[in-house]
Amino acid sequence: MTYTFWILLTASLVGISCGIVGVLLILRKMAMLSDAISHTVLLGIISSYLITNSLDGFYMFIGAAIVGVLTTVFVQLLNSAGVQSDAAIGVVFTFLFAIGVILVSMFARDVHIDVEHSIMGEIAFIPWMTVDWFGIEGIPQAVWMLGFVLIIDLFLILLLYKEFKLSSFDPGLAAALGLPVGLLHYVLMGMTSITAVASFDAVGAILVVAMLIAPGATAYLLTERLHMMFILSAVFGVIAAVTGYFIAAWLNASIAGMMATMAGVLFLLAFIFSPTHGIIAKRFSQRKIQQVDIET
Amino acid sequence: MNPITANNITVAYHRKPVLQSVSFEAPEGKLIGIIGPNGAGKSTLLKSILGLVPKASGDVNIYGKTYRKQRQIVGYVPQRGSVDWDFPTSALDVVLMGRYRQIGLFRRPKKNDVKEAMSCLEKVGMEQYANRQISQLSGGQQQRVFLARALAQNAHIYFMDEPFIGVDAATEKAIVQLLSELREQGKTVIVVHHDLQTVKDYFDWVMLLNVRKIAFGPTNETFTSDLLQKTYGGKLTFLDQKEEEGVPFA
Repeated sequence: MTYTFWILLTASLVGISCGIVGVLLILRKMAMLSDAISHTVLLGIISSYLITNSLDGFYMFIGAAIVGVLTTVFVQLLNSAGVQSDAAIGVVFTFLFAIGVILVSMFARDVHIDVEHSIMGEIAFIPWMTVDWFGIEGIPQAVWMLGFVLIIDLFLILLLYKEFKLSSFDPGLAAALGLPVGLLHYVLMGMTSITAVASFDAVGAILVVAMLIAPGATAYLLTERLHMMFILSAVFGVIAAVTGYFIAAWLNASIAGMMATMAGVLFLLAFIFSPTHGIIAKRFSQRKIQQVDIET
Repeated sequence: MNPITANNITVAYHRKPVLQSVSFEAPEGKLIGIIGPNGAGKSTLLKSILGLVPKASGDVNIYGKTYRKQRQIVGYVPQRGSVDWDFPTSALDVVLMGRYRQIGLFRRPKKNDVKEAMSCLEKVGMEQYANRQISQLSGGQQQRVFLARALAQNAHIYFMDEPFIGVDAATEKAIVQLLSELREQGKTVIVVHHDLQTVKDYFDWVMLLNVRKIAFGPTNETFTSDLLQKTYGGKLTFLDQKEEEGVPFA
């Protein structure tokens, strides 16, 4: 397997898993909460390293999932105590992230998780960091982790498809029907956390938000069916990741930065040219209405 | 047995009571309107019965059992404005949501469920819009989809939160028709309502609510200017004036 193959596979796995989880985040208007989680999982990673003294991906997952869910719990606690929700998110995530940064700088300076790496990611190193799991040699750890996360995300979305759909569209009816609305919320937060931590190595804490939100937001502008939104979002995630890599390699620029930029470019294109939601289509239909007004 | 027995319901937001010690026993097979000024706690009363907002005190029984045990016989139509109509889904899909409890956790809707949902859409005259994306429907059509969804719940008791708000005349007529059909089938329907002019035509019983229950009983006994004055306070004189001028005060 070549170096480029592993990079593209990693990037595509990031695109797909972030893309499908992002659909639910957008429909539930929780984009900012995912921003918070993508940062606070740093605390989960460093905590699991300090407790287990290993950089094993499995412990990182557990740590990240716990801290990610804790983030939403704290936000909700503050919120129900009367703090505005955006202020609650801002306070909780910067506080937990800051603790993570302090712990990294104090105890983990010389290991692989340095602050800059966590924030910016470095996909270019991924093909060399292979592990031998299940007797299979030579597969990068990031690919293993992203593969597992993608399977978990897909499994949960398929299993809970109609539950996620109703609780996103109409939480009131979902609760009245007795669906486990609170549990679904925390399942999604857990999915967001493990997806963020698995994508960390590739794109870093800041840009993973772009991969979580931009492809879903693009798909939202282009389809009127939920299942299609999942598919399109995953496709746009892959396109952003792959084109981003090649353009970055060509310009010798930041790979993660270029992937996020491409995600933004795709969104911009949809925003302008979407046949239903695009600004050109809207202008056109407005002019049509005005013309009808003049004629009648 | 009464379909709904509410004892002493109190609900508070940030220690400010929005509902105080509301008790009532709803009779079976009646169309019941809940009216009162803005902020009187009408929607909150519905939500507290359905367990959607926490009660500071009090309890509710549905045919003598807690709501949790009776979910399958209770249908709910939330306010149309409470959901995002840009959500990527079709009218038929929204109606199918009413059957999610019967379908069960983890399971997918079957052909049978789709058929049932289609027939509910037919009952509200919306079958030709089944595959339409919900944002492309008018306000009245969206409301009818919500009603079809409640029908798909196949309940004995229906709670509807302001179903007449912002709908066209055709939809208003369709809703009234549907309400009387539900009554004929012996179902109990509780409707939060705001248009005082139509109360006498639409409802058999009425509750006058302003944080506390002012009155509850058959419409001809309860919907009196005396009790309305008590419910709306000074605001009603303003409404009376408007009525004299012939302006509807919807």
